[in-house]
Amino acid sequence: MNTLPRTPINGLFDTPVELPSLIDEVPLAIVVLDTRRRIVMINRAFEALSGFSMEEAKGIHCSHIMRSKLCIQKCPLENMDSNSEPVSVESDMINKDRQLIPVLINLSPIRDAEDNLAGFLETVEDLRPLKEVNSRETHAYVFRHLIGKSPEMTRIFQTLPLLAQSDSAILITGETGTGKDLLAEAVHQASNRAKGPFIKVNCGALPETLLESELFGHRKGAFTGAVENKPGRFRLAHNGTLYLTEIGDLPLTLQVKLLMFLDDKVVYPLGSAKGFQADVRIIAATHRNLDLMVKEGEFREDLMFRLNVVRLHLPPLRERGDDIRLILDHFMSIFAKRFRKKINGLSKKALKILLDYPFPGNVRELRNTIEYAVNMCPKGQIQSTHLPAYLAETKHFYGRVSPEAGVRSEWTSSIVTSDSEQSGQKTWASLERDMIIKALVKTKGRRNKAADMLGWGRSTLWRKIKQYNIDA
Amino acid sequence: MEQKILIPLYADQVAPRFDLATEVSIVSISDDGRATGKKTVVLPRASAEQLCHLILLEKIGTVVCGGIEDEYYQYLKWKNVTVLDSVIGSYKKVIKQLESGTLRAGDIVR
Repeated sequence: MNTLPRTPINGLFDTPVELPSLIDEVPLAIVVLDTRRRIVMINRAFEALSGFSMEEAKGIHCSHIMRSKLCIQKCPLENMDSNSEPVSVESDMINKDRQLIPVLINLSPIRDAEDNLAGFLETVEDLRPLKEVNSRETHAYVFRHLIGKSPEMTRIFQTLPLLAQSDSAILITGETGTGKDLLAEAVHQASNRAKGPFIKVNCGALPETLLESELFGHRKGAFTGAVENKPGRFRLAHNGTLYLTEIGDLPLTLQVKLLMFLDDKVVYPLGSAKGFQADVRIIAATHRNLDLMVKEGEFREDLMFRLNVVRLHLPPLRERGDDIRLILDHFMSIFAKRFRKKINGLSKKALKILLDYPFPGNVRELRNTIEYAVNMCPKGQIQSTHLPAYLAETKHFYGRVSPEAGVRSEWTSSIVTSDSEQSGQKTWASLERDMIIKALVKTKGRRNKAADMLGWGRSTLWRKIKQYNIDA
Repeated sequence: MEQKILIPLYADQVAPRFDLATEVSIVSISDDGRATGKKTVVLPRASAEQLCHLILLEKIGTVVCGGIEDEYYQYLKWKNVTVLDSVIGSYKKVIKQLESGTLRAGDIVR
């Protein structure tokens, strides 16, 4: 790894100043390029927007870091010379968090003392807040990208605008796929911090040592490999929102550091005694049961109290009543438009399969299912054959276990009870694993009979036994 | 078992955007880590949906790409396709990393 060279600016003040100290505090994302369109410098706002650090971006062709449609289709810099006027183009970019962001890109040449082309200056404005205002819908059952008209969701939509305006920490709970990320972003976009950065950190995605440096930053030389100062996500989120997803996976040592920040609002990078006063709103989310984790000593009670200023619980799809139909129609219309298909709704049988299915993966699973169905359906009505096969397998299983018509199967009810008992502690995979074990116990380990009971083929059961590492 | 890997291309580089790639390379990596077969597919137009369709049709196990929208990332994951995204580097160097089994998501192969 190369150490980043110093970039002093002479003549502006009595003593030379470093360029980053000038551009880092500008809230607009800035990229400085050389004549070959390789990145010379990016400021902190661009780091926050793109997800790439200065160290990563340095020397890379800007198309790989900007990842804008403009880069691929027609980069205005190709024909820009020292006499060219600045260009302003609306486009989009995909950041490291895999978000497609509408942006306004301004490009202008940088000239040296002799008026020769020295490089390019690129500023990138995030248009999301603007787009959101333009497309804001007035329906009571829509808030940003969240849809719902069930009493639980309506209550959340009513309280969100008020909550967004406050600076209180928010804890979002809910099973996987219920829309925790969307809700966090909706709160940020509706808040006074909407113009500031929205930084997402998955606390479960990185090992403890890396996560500490990622969150709080480090000073050059703090540890082997720390060749540059790194600002950390807290600093990047300054004047914006820091969204800590999977907070339940945050190691205990870092919980203490987070607690310290929530108390003092000061970030101490690794290896530095000097703190940085960060004005950051914290939104945390988890699919785990934090109350249970506190009881078991896996999560600090004091941190829980500080994060739990406002708690928003997103109900699982199976508890949202008519919402499933609303969301289903919404995604069907979106995917039909996207895939340029004329879809006229669902057949009765297909609709019944979907309405009977418990959707343990919640809205995400429903969206994927509809995307699959729209893909598979050539035109007209979506039939049951266009749905993923496993939905029908589930149905088959209901029939085996509970032959009485209209009675919810043992399996379905067991999903509901176990989920409500443990508030979303079980995942689909663990439920399926339990189901297989139960079937194997019932059939005294005879796989043929177990497969039959589960309504699966023998090879499906064998594959799943291997997948879940069941010692049968 | 031989594994099939798909890499969207932009000239001789990994394409910066999955959804805007019009050329992809499909590479077969054998058990001992050697790239045994390569073919290039030119797409009629850039489309993330068509690319996802091609990935499923070709029974691709791993996709190596630059920027990808979360929607497609989650879809491919749901279809049991491993996605190594935010990879930056030349096609040749990325293949070498794949052969040595050291390529990770977010890698910048300089």
